Amino acid sequence: MNKIWLSSGVLNSQLAKTGLPLWMLGLGADLLWADMNRLLAFLFHQGVLDEQFLQLQQLQDEASPNFVSEVLNIYFHESEKLLTNLRGLLMEREYKKMEIHLNQLMGSSSSIGAKRVTNVCVAFRAATHHTNRAGCLHALEMLEHEYCYLKNKLHELFQIEQQRALVAGVRYPEQNQNQ
Amino acid sequence: MTVEKRMNDSCDDFPHGMRVLAVDDDPTCLLVLETLLRRCQYHVTTTNQAIKALELLREHKDKFDLVISDVHMPDMDGFKLLELVGLEMDLPVIMLSGNGDTKLVMKGIAHGACDYLLKPVRMEELKNIWQHVIRRKKFDSKDKKTSNRDKPASDGGNGLGSSGAGNSEQNEKLTKKRKDQDEDEDEEQENDHDNEDPSTQKKPRVVWSVELHRKFVSAVNQLGIDKAVPKKILDLMNVEKLTRENVASHLQKYRLYLKRISCVANQQANMVAALGGADPSYLRMSSVSGVGQLQTLSGSGQLHNNTFRSFPSNGIINRLNTPAGLKVHGFPSGVLQLSQSQNLNNNDHLKFQPAMVPVNQNGIQGMPISGGLDQLQNNRGVMSVHFDAKTFPILNKLSDPRPKVTTSGSHIPDLGISNNALTLESRLQGTQGNVRYETLSSSAASQNSEFSLHLLDQGRFSDNWSSAVQPSVIQTNSYPPNECFRQTNIRPTDNMASVPLQGGNLSGPSITTLSRLPRDSITDMHSEGVIFTNRPGLLSSNVPFQGWDEHSQGATHHSNIMFGSINSLTPVNGAAVPAGHTATDSTLHRNLNFNYCDPLQMKHDGFVELTEEQKSQQSGFSNNPGSLEDLVSSMMKQEKDQMKLLDGDLICDNYSGGISM
Repeated sequence: MNKIWLSSGVLNSQLAKTGLPLWMLGLGADLLWADMNRLLAFLFHQGVLDEQFLQLQQLQDEASPNFVSEVLNIYFHESEKLLTNLRGLLMEREYKKMEIHLNQLMGSSSSIGAKRVTNVCVAFRAATHHTNRAGCLHALEMLEHEYCYLKNKLHELFQIEQQRALVAGVRYPEQNQNQ
Repeated sequence: MTVEKRMNDSCDDFPHGMRVLAVDDDPTCLLVLETLLRRCQYHVTTTNQAIKALELLREHKDKFDLVISDVHMPDMDGFKLLELVGLEMDLPVIMLSGNGDTKLVMKGIAHGACDYLLKPVRMEELKNIWQHVIRRKKFDSKDKKTSNRDKPASDGGNGLGSSGAGNSEQNEKLTKKRKDQDEDEDEEQENDHDNEDPSTQKKPRVVWSVELHRKFVSAVNQLGIDKAVPKKILDLMNVEKLTRENVASHLQKYRLYLKRISCVANQQANMVAALGGADPSYLRMSSVSGVGQLQTLSGSGQLHNNTFRSFPSNGIINRLNTPAGLKVHGFPSGVLQLSQSQNLNNNDHLKFQPAMVPVNQNGIQGMPISGGLDQLQNNRGVMSVHFDAKTFPILNKLSDPRPKVTTSGSHIPDLGISNNALTLESRLQGTQGNVRYETLSSSAASQNSEFSLHLLDQGRFSDNWSSAVQPSVIQTNSYPPNECFRQTNIRPTDNMASVPLQGGNLSGPSITTLSRLPRDSITDMHSEGVIFTNRPGLLSSNVPFQGWDEHSQGATHHSNIMFGSINSLTPVNGAAVPAGHTATDSTLHRNLNFNYCDPLQMKHDGFVELTEEQKSQQSGFSNNPGSLEDLVSSMMKQEKDQMKLLDGDLICDNYSGGISM
């Protein structure tokens, strides 16, 4: 299902097949689908997300229906810790340690497909290599900005997803919502 | 039988159900990786700690086919884990990293990784990882001679693209070489141990156990390294079921190992020279020891070279604050770390170092003389001599046991630890410290290698080793060596001797363990290695050699390592050697790392830990130097001759009274 969100044409046919509940709420569900797709397309276009995110979605199935939200929850949780640490370390000019944190942040961000965040991490890491404090500061700010943006958008996405699920009569666990 | 069962399993639906162990400290990546792997229909176990991963692997040796591990992990360096896994379990290991730096990749390859993937990991890449398992199995079944016989199967899944192909090939060769030498079983020629071979032909693998290797080395020495040909060696060895090919390939590895030792020896010599005033003997010793260790490890092939390789050199270099450059912290086995212990009031212990180094002479097995911590107050090269438990006993055996540690290294020859130490080593079952001895002299290099190989053999390849290591590991870990270690400045307190025990912590537990040391048998020592147990984490023998490289902390690390490895060897050593660690946080950290990394290391570490005592001293360990000293002295008593470490008095000769830990 998730995989189809990009194609509203397919969605329409799907909706039509599903039956009464969808039929009754068809418009709502359809709109939500469209919203979701739009948002995703937008994020992809902006480079906020990349194909790795798609892969995450593909990994979600009946066996692990909340996979994406689970991963993202963990990601947010960890990233926030890392970002806080990074700021502290930068204040103390601990470049080596910062690099370690950055590596981890980079790894996890790239694993979920957060492309822009990953890119900023790369730049940040380069700045730490040169112990360029100003550069690091700037990179950190950008990183925080990108991270917040990503988080907000993903939250939005999940909200739509949840609504859509509700509308479609599918039960999703409440914790779908990231925070 | 397990083997058959496994074969059947793997044959039936391979690669489905392939058992993978995934290790990554980042929970996000770990979860994604796990899910991806499950989607590929592999059977996945995950852990976010390298140490746990090692435990899992050791516990269930046959339960995994492949390991995927992140490079950057807080508790242990991924490369260390890689080496250990390769050495102990001989499983294919795939490295994973967000950093695709060529150097890192090279490092991964050098340490034997089958593959190096970049994050984010993709499904396509994971779909192909089973090839590494198959490849390894196939290699196992073939003749041991390494060759280019197999081009790596499609490199698919290698995120590095073309480099991957080259890497895999190299890896194959490396792993093959290693595999040839590695063997889990203790028994010689455990042919049936090839439990991973799904291929149809199951050629019995020769296990180069310590015994076997010893025979081999003695045969080679008899013939002369230049004249040693497989046929003659085979005849001399007179071992059943050993083919000429087996011997030939082993000889090849052995030669490489020797070469490596000599390189290391040169390096060390240079180092020492650079330090200035280093006694040439020191140099020799340190280099030898360092090299030896490395060599033995790598060369022998039995030893998982990787670990040792990095180990010795690092240790030596780092540790050698002193001219002696004996820093051989890295001696994986039986390396006497002559670390400058603060306690070494005099340079006596330094002297000891050099003496130790030459260990090669007869009977001194594993003189892991390394050390040269410049912490010694007076001497730069204060080298806390970490005498592995083994070394001590060995020293006793030495005709000239005086382990005088002199920075000047004039005494080095005294030790006369010979390569023949092998005998000692062999006694040490799987004590990693054994390995250390071997390296000591360049001349004895071959012999040393024997030892080390044997030691390593014992340690590494056999199950005993694992188990042996384990306990030692545990023990060392108990030491809070890191604290001690960290003390970069080995306080010149006279407690140095005691310090080696790792500082305050040790005093308690260490003492007990140390007291255990007095046992003569090396094996005792081996078990005694446990002494370090008190030190949690200090001795983690797993001292990541690599870590040393990176953190040239200096003596501290080395001593840690030394001690770590020593733990098995002799508690005494540990105590005695107050490595002049440069106390740095990193060292501490490193020590920890070390602990995990290499069980063999542990032995050394144990010593190191001891040396770390210094640190503890600094941290107030000095408060109870008495206790430590008592401990040490009791331990040392046996080794009197040899222990001259820490205190000026400590030197073995005076050891009985003098060890002031």
